[in-house]
Amino acid sequence: MTPEEIMKPENLVYAKPRLLNDNHMHYCPGCSHGVVHRLVAEIIEELGIEDSTIGVAPVGCSVFAYNYIDIDWIEAAHGRAPAVATAVKRLNPSRMVFTYQGDGDLAAIGTCETIHAANRGENIAIIFINNAIYGMTGGQMAPTTLEGMKTSTTPYGRRVDLNGYPLEMSKLLAQLDGTCLVTRQAVHTPAAVRKAKAAIKQAFINSMEGRGTSVVEIVSTCNSGWKMTPAQSNKWMEENMFAKYPLGEIKNTVKK
Amino acid sequence: MKEEIVIAGFGGQGVLSMGKILAYAALMDDLEVTWMPSYGPEQRGGTANVTVIISDKEISSPVLNSYDTAVILNQQSLDKFEASIKPGGTLIYDSYGIHHAPQRTDINVYRIDAMEAAFEMESAKAYNMIVLGSLLKIKPIVPIESVIKGLKKTLPERHHHLIPMNEAAINRGMDLVK
Amino acid sequence: MEEKRLLKGNEAIALAAIRYGADGYFGYPITPQSEILETLEAEMPWETTGMVVLQAESEVAAINMVYAGAACGKAVFTSSSSPGVSLKQEGISYIAAGELPALIVNVMRGGPGLGTIQPSQADYFQATKGGGHGDYHLIVLAPSSVQEMADFVYLGFDLAFKYRTPAMILADGIVGQMMEKVVLPPARARRTDEEIAAQCPWAVTGKNGRGHSNVMTTLELNSELMEKHNEHYQQTYRLIEENEVRYQEYYTEDAEYVIVAFGSVARICLKAIEEARQQGVKVGLIRPITLWPFPTKRIAQLGAQTKGMLCVELNAGQMIEDVRLAVNGTVPVYHFGRMGGIVPTPQEVLDAFNEKFNEAKM
Repeated sequence: MTPEEIMKPENLVYAKPRLLNDNHMHYCPGCSHGVVHRLVAEIIEELGIEDSTIGVAPVGCSVFAYNYIDIDWIEAAHGRAPAVATAVKRLNPSRMVFTYQGDGDLAAIGTCETIHAANRGENIAIIFINNAIYGMTGGQMAPTTLEGMKTSTTPYGRRVDLNGYPLEMSKLLAQLDGTCLVTRQAVHTPAAVRKAKAAIKQAFINSMEGRGTSVVEIVSTCNSGWKMTPAQSNKWMEENMFAKYPLGEIKNTVKK
Repeated sequence: MKEEIVIAGFGGQGVLSMGKILAYAALMDDLEVTWMPSYGPEQRGGTANVTVIISDKEISSPVLNSYDTAVILNQQSLDKFEASIKPGGTLIYDSYGIHHAPQRTDINVYRIDAMEAAFEMESAKAYNMIVLGSLLKIKPIVPIESVIKGLKKTLPERHHHLIPMNEAAINRGMDLVK
Repeated sequence: MEEKRLLKGNEAIALAAIRYGADGYFGYPITPQSEILETLEAEMPWETTGMVVLQAESEVAAINMVYAGAACGKAVFTSSSSPGVSLKQEGISYIAAGELPALIVNVMRGGPGLGTIQPSQADYFQATKGGGHGDYHLIVLAPSSVQEMADFVYLGFDLAFKYRTPAMILADGIVGQMMEKVVLPPARARRTDEEIAAQCPWAVTGKNGRGHSNVMTTLELNSELMEKHNEHYQQTYRLIEENEVRYQEYYTEDAEYVIVAFGSVARICLKAIEEARQQGVKVGLIRPITLWPFPTKRIAQLGAQTKGMLCVELNAGQMIEDVRLAVNGTVPVYHFGRMGGIVPTPQEVLDAFNEKFNEAKM
């Protein structure tokens, strides 16, 4: 069979979502961001909410998220995405509003905004990429960096006596009355991708329906920052990250 | 016509609200008015004062060096403001808690026993209205009708039943001035 | 004819914003301006005009909510006092960089640091020279009466939308806390989503059928493009400088001396000037209403016709730098100021004037 024969439309089993544009992504090969971006684009398309969705991009590796998904976006200052999303949703209640944030943005500099937006039960979806390291700035410690994990600012491994404990944001956010969905997912296997997609989809529906704050944490890899191959990263994540950040639904007040 | 007034006493004596009621009355008479309070923590139990300027012309500075009239309700305020009354101006003070009587001889000094009158009326809340009555008897800057009109305007409907008590207190204050 | 009301400056800001048809307010309490948030919450405008009012978790969150609202093309504002406005500076820089219309109110108190809650004008540099990072300006309006507190909400929003730039009302504790007679400007309806889409085609509203994405970002890693952005900002600023200078003068026709003062201090100076005039001293007053753009040309003209100028400010001498730049050495310019929350009386201003201009002494 020639490639031309294979590429016939009737053989198509997989396509790039229409909203994911052709801009060349700056993400490293093996990074989880690409997969999650795809899921976001796909879900918006499936829900038919392209015209009524507003995304809020963070500072961090996904700072350029707005370059890849063709919807309306606001780029927030570092950590302020939940405050930005709060105002966007309150001023435009008919819109589906989500933030897309990393662990530094959401769990360090923006902890205050994250907790208060969730505590007010803002009708927004928060996608939280937790790769336990600062990718964009070159691999420094994140609040979620594991104990003993080496980063450029914990070159001998994170020590709790010096740097405190890995911050379990989702566990913390689940305790707030304002959150309706808090779930921890990953995108390292096809099965995991399917579950993550279902979680993000529900979070988006929750925003549209005004049910409160939804938090979807995606435990992710950063093979560049972790200094591993993509395959090694996935293995390391399963063995180490999942021990501290186990996957699964932590809270869901919306009964199916 | 222009009257520059300072009202000073303890926080909680109703100094600021007395000034406010006076300012509202001036508004009812379509006069120009500024009401400038001392603000902040001193409001809470410390000393409080308010400058009220009422004029038939545009008012420039809301902050003053000297006053036509000072209404003084405690010793600290007397110590602070006695010297800044204009020569020929008016000092009205409540004798309650005043240990050193005013010394100026180039101003008109009125002593009123408003706190005693409030005790007699068994209404601490009436106190500032009694003082206002005395002030308006000595200095008829605005008519009582405008004060009542101002009260009606500013008090929420549910407090309108208090207006007769306030009016009685104003009259009592007027009677205090011999 | 709209009814005359007796209002505090802070209350006037809140009520004027509702009448203007503002879409949202986001703020955090701080003395001496908390009455703005308190008045808005008591008025419950979400029940009448649909305006959103939110007590944010911090000044930082509040200014970023304003950034967001402005990015959506909405008329949104925040208010604070000096330490809180320092916290907002990063967000203000983003708003300026995003060319977003927004209104920021600073009811100044004495600093630096936590300082005092009493009146001050020590944030003049911060307000007029940028405040946050990068090359930008705010349109800065300095009200001297409660009426202007109300009027400048309208003016500030209108200018912000006209030039797509943030505007600031730079008030002080006196004008925030005092009560005066006010006539609120005529009520306007809030703009509909259709009007916003038509007037602000850049607004982030959801693609809303327009086919292309609107993205509000202030990030541009390509230096050549970033320089182009900067050149564009500067063009806007030149346009504002040409068209939006505002000031008020008293007794300047025959003035031999001119006092320069803004905000409530200008009124204290006016009383001092009235006193001096009675003593036969020919002194006038210019009150810059826009602190940026500064009335440079008019002050230069006044410099040419007078013997000297006195800048009176509640700070250690900030606006005086702009006055000196304007007159460019043609006349002596002196400073008189009180700091830390102390407000001078008209007599103190007069004494300072007499001391600086010895020959004017009676």
